[in-house]
Amino acid sequence: MMFLKNVLKDRVAAASFAILVAVMTVGIFAPVFAPHDPEEVHMELRYASASWEYWLGNDHLGRCILSRLIYGIQPSVLGVLAALLLSVLLGAVIGFVAGYFRGKTDVILMRICDVMLSFPSYVMTLAVVGIFGVGLEHILMAFLLLKWAWFARIIRTSVMQFSESDYVKFAKVAGVGNAAIMRKHLIPAALPDIAVIASSSFGSMVLQISGFSFLGLGIQAPKAEWGMMLNEAREVMFSKPEFMLAPGLAIIIVVLAINFLSDAFQAAVDPKLAASSRKERSMAEAAAGRLERKEVA
Amino acid sequence: MVNMLEIRKLTIRERSTGKVIIPDSSFDVKKGSCLAIVGESGSGKSLTCRAIMRLNKPGIEQAGDIWLGGENLAKLPEQEMRRRRGRRLCMIMQHGMRAFDPSRAVGVHLIETLAEHFDWSKSEMTGRMKRALESVRLNAPMDVMNAYPHQLSGGMLQRVMIALTLVLEPDVVIADEPTTALDTVSQYEVVEQFIRLRERLGSTMIFISHDLGVVRKIADEVLVMKDGRIVEHGTTGAVFTKAQHDYTRSLVTAKLSLHQHFRQVMGE
Amino acid sequence: MGLYMVKRILQSIPLLLAVSFFTFAFIQLSPMDPAEVVLHAQGVPKITDELIAETKTALGMDQPFLVRYSNWLASCLQFDFGSSYITGKPVWSQLGPALFNTIKLTVVSVAAIIAVSIGFGVYCAWRAGKMIDRSLRGLFFFLTSMPSYWLGTLMIWYFSVKLDLLPTSGMDSYRSYILPVALITVSYAGIYFRIIRSSVLSNMNEDYAMYGRACGLPEKKVRARIVRNSLQVAVSVFCMAVPIILGSTVVVENIFAWPGLGTLSVNAILGRDFPVIQAYVLVLAAAFVLFNTASDILNAALNPKLRNDRS
Repeated sequence: MMFLKNVLKDRVAAASFAILVAVMTVGIFAPVFAPHDPEEVHMELRYASASWEYWLGNDHLGRCILSRLIYGIQPSVLGVLAALLLSVLLGAVIGFVAGYFRGKTDVILMRICDVMLSFPSYVMTLAVVGIFGVGLEHILMAFLLLKWAWFARIIRTSVMQFSESDYVKFAKVAGVGNAAIMRKHLIPAALPDIAVIASSSFGSMVLQISGFSFLGLGIQAPKAEWGMMLNEAREVMFSKPEFMLAPGLAIIIVVLAINFLSDAFQAAVDPKLAASSRKERSMAEAAAGRLERKEVA
Repeated sequence: MVNMLEIRKLTIRERSTGKVIIPDSSFDVKKGSCLAIVGESGSGKSLTCRAIMRLNKPGIEQAGDIWLGGENLAKLPEQEMRRRRGRRLCMIMQHGMRAFDPSRAVGVHLIETLAEHFDWSKSEMTGRMKRALESVRLNAPMDVMNAYPHQLSGGMLQRVMIALTLVLEPDVVIADEPTTALDTVSQYEVVEQFIRLRERLGSTMIFISHDLGVVRKIADEVLVMKDGRIVEHGTTGAVFTKAQHDYTRSLVTAKLSLHQHFRQVMGE
Repeated sequence: MGLYMVKRILQSIPLLLAVSFFTFAFIQLSPMDPAEVVLHAQGVPKITDELIAETKTALGMDQPFLVRYSNWLASCLQFDFGSSYITGKPVWSQLGPALFNTIKLTVVSVAAIIAVSIGFGVYCAWRAGKMIDRSLRGLFFFLTSMPSYWLGTLMIWYFSVKLDLLPTSGMDSYRSYILPVALITVSYAGIYFRIIRSSVLSNMNEDYAMYGRACGLPEKKVRARIVRNSLQVAVSVFCMAVPIILGSTVVVENIFAWPGLGTLSVNAILGRDFPVIQAYVLVLAAAFVLFNTASDILNAALNPKLRNDRS
């Protein structure tokens, strides 16, 4: 947690963090914050402009845009975050097993990791959706399947390093349980690296998930989702381009905040790399994985 | 004796913070002599030398006069200064491994440099370079020229730089800790080549080092720097035997035991 | 070098096999019975168990898994990916032209990305910390945070509708390329721009730059050395950009109605046209593996150090 404290000394990072916390809080308590039911149709209010009752106006079915925006946080941001956390967890378990037992287990698990990392993630997401059918949960499942390998690698490396170190050996001899060793030593050591990779994936995942909804492959009507709202607004983009504004800005603000925070994480982990960044490595995905191995970036 | 190089009121500071790193330093180097600059890392030795070449990073600014012969280098336009570099002032870097373009053969840099300063034909440049490389005991000069930097050792690359200096015949040679990164045997070979370089070119030399053993062997005068300031300047013998400043005395005694070891290695 | 090349190419074969196996096995995970999908797609009014069994035999689905896999792989190697469940036509007759269209878009876009990222990356590195560098970095940062479909829609609205300068969609002339290529470039150039910039910056601080200057080489030559060494890193990165862009044109194709792979795959997903999905995944995954191999070989060819270590 010292790490987070250090990062938040940076003003931009602190502001970004505050925005994200605020957005997520509003998302979690959407029923409290939303002024209207996001799926309530008012045909008489179609394309109404902003008013006291409907701050951001109404969409093509007369639904409250603000309420839809607020409910949209759940799939667009919270859903992605949940998938991300699950993949960190999955990666942590697999990475720990590989690093702890070593030998054959390690070789096999890392081979699988390599294969996972060499798949183009966009294509794999499409494949998962193609096989299991359209829907938000399938995209999130694809993310989970594709991201864990990154985290597994990081955790494995830090397990390898730390199980060598004297105080962990000492802790083992002293009869401290594995779980305690992990909690006290391994997790804090791996956390900054995980934060960097996770935060940068977070940004691209938020963009991707709304992209899939925009294509009609994600969440299904009448549920509210930012990409979906943009898709609906696209129908009238020539006559009423202003409907593209609210959901588009919402995505940009959230993604910008995430990216700023991710940059700050990076700067904190490795000041020298702040400009070159691990982030583009994770964004350039498989190519990036190779870069890391060759230590050229 | 005539002064080859006169440094007057050289001040170096960081551009962003305005922090003064080297305040007002002045010294002379006599023609044909070798001045050693010693001091701990961070004392401003390298900065001073780069300031003479006018090669410090953009974040660092310098003021003061640098007289080479009758010419003030500090006042020259960059274009003119560039022509002096290599031709009249030569530098030898600490890390031979990093000093050459890693993606080109070593010879490419050598030939490009010579082509920059002389109107020689390609075969003449290669011929002279070849003889120079042989004279620094690189016995397969063509192989060395065709090799990539990573294929040669640090000591070999150091000698390649000395060979290039031999061909360029500059007035002043500035060597920035040329022996620090080397093992003892390579150190011996490189120091030997430096001594021969002086004999052959008769050129003035500034030799940065924190190895007092090497300094004693090669330098005529010693200049001691601490925290950017010159704390002592005198002939080598005087500095080693009756140092004026406490700091110098501590340096000399600290290195004395090491020096004995060095003498054994050098077979004195 | 030749040895390394052969070794690296041979290494990619098991990976390609693994990829094909995963692709084939993956489809079997589907909760829906393909035979049922086919019957639905063909508009058969009443689906009986008998009919399903018949279709299964016709599709060869009653054979053991490994037999089906090897048959499938053998025909895939001859560009026979089976027939579309929906149209009944051979998959390749749809996939081939779509792939070609997407390749055209990808090649132009990657060229634009390379030009933009190298141009700005090198330019900003020389002026690191100055106003212009900071603003350009901010701009690229902002652009990579933007949803491309949103930006694309705005571009259509502005350039095609308001100014009426460019076509809104389709693939008719070179003018159709401008907007899609611009959109892909804007969304991806930021990543590569940062890689180039930091690579140039770290090379600028290398000793060889200093020694080159100390030898009196003109600034131009020293900079040329720095750029050449910096771009070496970039070659393999750009090589990998090809399959990455190839696989992520989906949104752009959707917005601009580009008749390529993205459009084809989205339609196949919505129609549950498994043979098409399978072929799509296989082709792109293979492209990934191949470019990976090519990128490694290129890297070795360009980097004398790697070349020596490996050959």
